[in-house]
Amino acid sequence: MSSKPLVSIVSAGLSKFGRHEEHVGRELFAQATKEAFDRCPRLDPIKDIEALFIGHMGESYEHQGHTGPTLADWTGLLPKPAIRIESACASSGSALRTGIMAILSGLHKVVIVGGVENMTHRTTAEVTEFLAMASDMAFEQFNGITFPGLYALMATAHMNKYGTTEEQMAKVAVKNHYNGSLNPKAHLQKEITLKKALESKLVAWPLKMYDCSLITDGASCLILTAPEIAKNFTDTPVHVIGSGLASDTIGLYQRETLTSLKAARVASQEAYKMANINPKDVDVAEVHDCFTIAELLAYEDLGFCSPGKGGNLIDEGITELGGNLPVNTSGGLKAKGHPVGATGTAQAYEIYLQLTGQAQKRQVNDAEIGLSHNVGGSGATASVHLYRRD
Amino acid sequence: MSAERPFTISSFYKFVTEKKLMAVQCDDCQNLLLPPKPMCTKCFSINLKWIELENTGTLLSYTVIHVAPEEFQSMVPYIVGIVEFENGLHLPGIIRDLPVEQIKIGMKLKIDFDPSTSNVWPEWNRYFFRPV
Ligand SMILES: [Zn+2]
Repeated sequence: MSSKPLVSIVSAGLSKFGRHEEHVGRELFAQATKEAFDRCPRLDPIKDIEALFIGHMGESYEHQGHTGPTLADWTGLLPKPAIRIESACASSGSALRTGIMAILSGLHKVVIVGGVENMTHRTTAEVTEFLAMASDMAFEQFNGITFPGLYALMATAHMNKYGTTEEQMAKVAVKNHYNGSLNPKAHLQKEITLKKALESKLVAWPLKMYDCSLITDGASCLILTAPEIAKNFTDTPVHVIGSGLASDTIGLYQRETLTSLKAARVASQEAYKMANINPKDVDVAEVHDCFTIAELLAYEDLGFCSPGKGGNLIDEGITELGGNLPVNTSGGLKAKGHPVGATGTAQAYEIYLQLTGQAQKRQVNDAEIGLSHNVGGSGATASVHLYRRD
Repeated sequence: MSAERPFTISSFYKFVTEKKLMAVQCDDCQNLLLPPKPMCTKCFSINLKWIELENTGTLLSYTVIHVAPEEFQSMVPYIVGIVEFENGLHLPGIIRDLPVEQIKIGMKLKIDFDPSTSNVWPEWNRYFFRPV
């Protein structure tokens, strides 16, 4: 574990996740940025920050495109270069990767990466339609296949091949709601019972309401620097030591398998190799639980268990807060919420808190290595990042 | 009949209008493309031809949609599945005329064609799946 950091996170910010009727996305991003600036008093935003890379999925939600300069304006950072990155629900995971590339190239020394989405003012039917835009228009959308429907197709295939149960999926929801109850910034901060999850109304069988992440408003950001100057800004930087990004067919139906996301496997292998660590070295992980089945697939794709054994990991409590490998301590997309463009860097924000000992009631003891896993669409994009405390 | 049709998704749906399930084959490396693509993505050749597939395949997975986009809300709940045709080619689609209790992964399904078109872009004819 002697890997050289790619970049260092010297600060991070997150808006409260939830229903923000009175705000548009740019205002939520300003809240996240304000927290990041406050947390890092040695940083002079105007003098130090050189560029913005912003994950944002869709202009449909707010009828607002050209997100990069809008957010630079609302955060006082004009006229710095500001670019929007779009990879559906993996948009800010991709923005993080882009920020890393900008620093590694030597072009910039300090950048802000983040993401934003403002979704709750839309009807469920509208959001269902906008999210489905991340799937294949010509064959999936044209046949009325929704975004939950795509993950349901994976769930059914996984149940058929490995015997995974609806109860195991529901246990993921129960765990993540418990963690969310400890996170003051989570959209939902209440526990649920297994019975309640299993009896919730059907969205796309076998997925029920409590198998699905929340439609949420929110924003997140990280301030990245070149590792050699990180200590100018903070005594407790968190280093990014591995970055993996991969793509796959836009259509789920074209994949080699329905029970695993190849992009996530490829991205995690790239990240582990770069960081020179193994899955067993990870102390805490934030994975893309847009649906409960997605978290079980993530366990397998990230090498936390062998293929088909995701259900065992949840049954054995290994990924609970007190377990050997706590997963989604923030509450995950499931309870913290899933403002799609903000999710990737919100996951990194939680890992940043965990590795700097700022996660309060949900703090994992002595966490040294963290992982985040951010998936776009039904798996056409996946990004995996690895982090190490200083 | 098929030689002049461009290797496009639009052509695929024109064949659907004619009740045909068509894929594209690369003349240089024999790679099969469904959906059709304008270039072989294995060897980058543009020496392509249309081939007709058997209309029966195997169900790989399915789900029952209860929350739908506006356009499909009147059909809720409806079943969608992914069907594997010969040579490992897959298509997703709505499954009609099959009670949920009778669905089983691995069962044989047949592709069928709907003469009505949607009245918003893309104005293609629809295909669907039904029991053999
Ligand atoms: Zn070829």
